[in-house]
Amino acid sequence: MPSFSEALKSQVGRKVLTGVTGVGLIIFIIFHLATNLQVFGDVHAFNEAAHALESMGWLLYVLEAGLAIAFLLHAYVGISIWWNRRKARPEGYEKYQSKGGPSHMSWASKSMIFTGIVLLVFLVIHIDTFKFGATDMVMLPGGEEARDLKGLMISTFQQPLYAFGYTAVMILLGFHLGHGFWSAFTSLTMKHNKYSALMYTVGVIFAMLMAVGFLFIPLYIYFGGGCEAALIQCQ
Amino acid sequence: MADTFTVHLKIWRQDGPDQPGKLVDYTLDKVNEHMSFLEMLDVLNEEIVAEGKEEPIEFDYDCREGICGSCNLVINGQAHGPKDMTCTCQLHMRNFSDGDTIVIEPFRAKAFPVIKDLVVDRSAFDRIIEAGGYVSVKTGSAPDANSIPIDKTVADTAFDYATCIGCGACVAACPNSSASLFTGAKLAHLNRLPQGEPERKKRTVSMVDQMEEEGFGDCSNYAECEAVCPKGISISAIAEMRRNYVKATLAGTEA
Ligand code: HEM
Ligand code: SF4
Ligand code: FES
Repeated sequence: MPSFSEALKSQVGRKVLTGVTGVGLIIFIIFHLATNLQVFGDVHAFNEAAHALESMGWLLYVLEAGLAIAFLLHAYVGISIWWNRRKARPEGYEKYQSKGGPSHMSWASKSMIFTGIVLLVFLVIHIDTFKFGATDMVMLPGGEEARDLKGLMISTFQQPLYAFGYTAVMILLGFHLGHGFWSAFTSLTMKHNKYSALMYTVGVIFAMLMAVGFLFIPLYIYFGGGCEAALIQCQ
Repeated sequence: MADTFTVHLKIWRQDGPDQPGKLVDYTLDKVNEHMSFLEMLDVLNEEIVAEGKEEPIEFDYDCREGICGSCNLVINGQAHGPKDMTCTCQLHMRNFSDGDTIVIEPFRAKAFPVIKDLVVDRSAFDRIIEAGGYVSVKTGSAPDANSIPIDKTVADTAFDYATCIGCGACVAACPNSSASLFTGAKLAHLNRLPQGEPERKKRTVSMVDQMEEEGFGDCSNYAECEAVCPKGISISAIAEMRRNYVKATLAGTEA
């Protein structure tokens, strides 16, 4: 029998890794979206949520490290699967066509590597803009000083490049999840003939909810004029 | 006699392994809707032989009744052609119309090297079977039939997976050239039966390792294999293969 690490490197192990890290990233983006939507809450809600995270201390570092590992592993395995496929068919077909029916060949499934790499590049820009971006400091009602991330978010998305760039990337995230959600369950061996079609539909709906949830924020801020927007309360 | 019609064929011709090949144009005007796809190629070959200018087109077949898994063409970009749950040998020319252009290519994968024209070497599948696609039996006098009770639903499901004829269409259609559906079908057949239980873990690991060794790609859950499989094998077999593999290795239980 192969050792644990040998098993992880096998074809099955690699899929289990994409699946586990994929589900981990899905859980992360659900929390991330829930936090982001606080910009529509009370004046301080978003900054308070962000400040609460930053005040978690070592626990935050553990979570961040876990997240970084999940992202890197996920990207590494995804890229290596794509690399292997080129070796597995050195001479391609002159004509290739999906047979439809039970097939899940779609733009989403065929573009996992493209949407994935866009997400990876986006991630670097995104972290640089928000995690390391310069902000003013605000006084929270609790009397603590915190970074004014809400202000940074609003000023960022009033720039068309950011507003539309983020929107485009979130649409691609939707496609990644459109295939990814169902695929992850199948990779993690949870595939049942009876529920497979239902799972796929749930995945597509989930993907659309995530994409629309994330892209609504930049577009709303841009078209609503930032602090002028009806749903946004500024100080 | 039914009316005959004309098709334009673009057929992959390749003199031997590792030699350059190309699509060659042929026009065949004696096609009859009742011919099978392979009979259509037979008629073309008769013309080629009669003309005597080039060698006939090599293609694989044996039973011509959809049970042996020898026939293996990619027809207009689809393994076994346009009809669901149908092998190339069971595909009839009534699925095409007068004037159609039909592209015919071999199954393509590094693990299925071309031998000549449309014939590929699929012995990689044999080696996957050798790695674990068997059960141990007690030799000696013949055992009693039905001495091992098997639930009807289990037997039926095992039989569904056992209908895999090892044609390799799943590999041909997979964008990654993965052999997961074939291997998964064999495992799902043997692993669920009491006769296959003693070697379940060892079998799963050996067969999964062998398919990687042969140079087949990873599975990305495209499910295109299920769409082209002439026996309609479900990719649930692949999920089951993963489950057995995880139980045998990552979950840390003893073999
Ligand atoms: C928010 C970020 C991301 C989420 C939520 C996410 C989610 C997922 C999920 C759930 C899957 C299905 C897993 C499976 O098939 O077992 C998947 C597959 C994949 N992901 Fe991501 N992913 C993200 C970022 C990335 C990044 C940064 C890359 C970088 C290259 C990437 C590349 C891939 C590839 C290539 C696959 C397909 C794997 C295969 O072919 O089997 N993903 N992703
Ligand atoms: S699983 Fe289907 S397509 Fe693959 S070898 Fe078996 S019969 Fe052919
Ligand atoms: S020739 Fe036997 S299955 Fe087609």
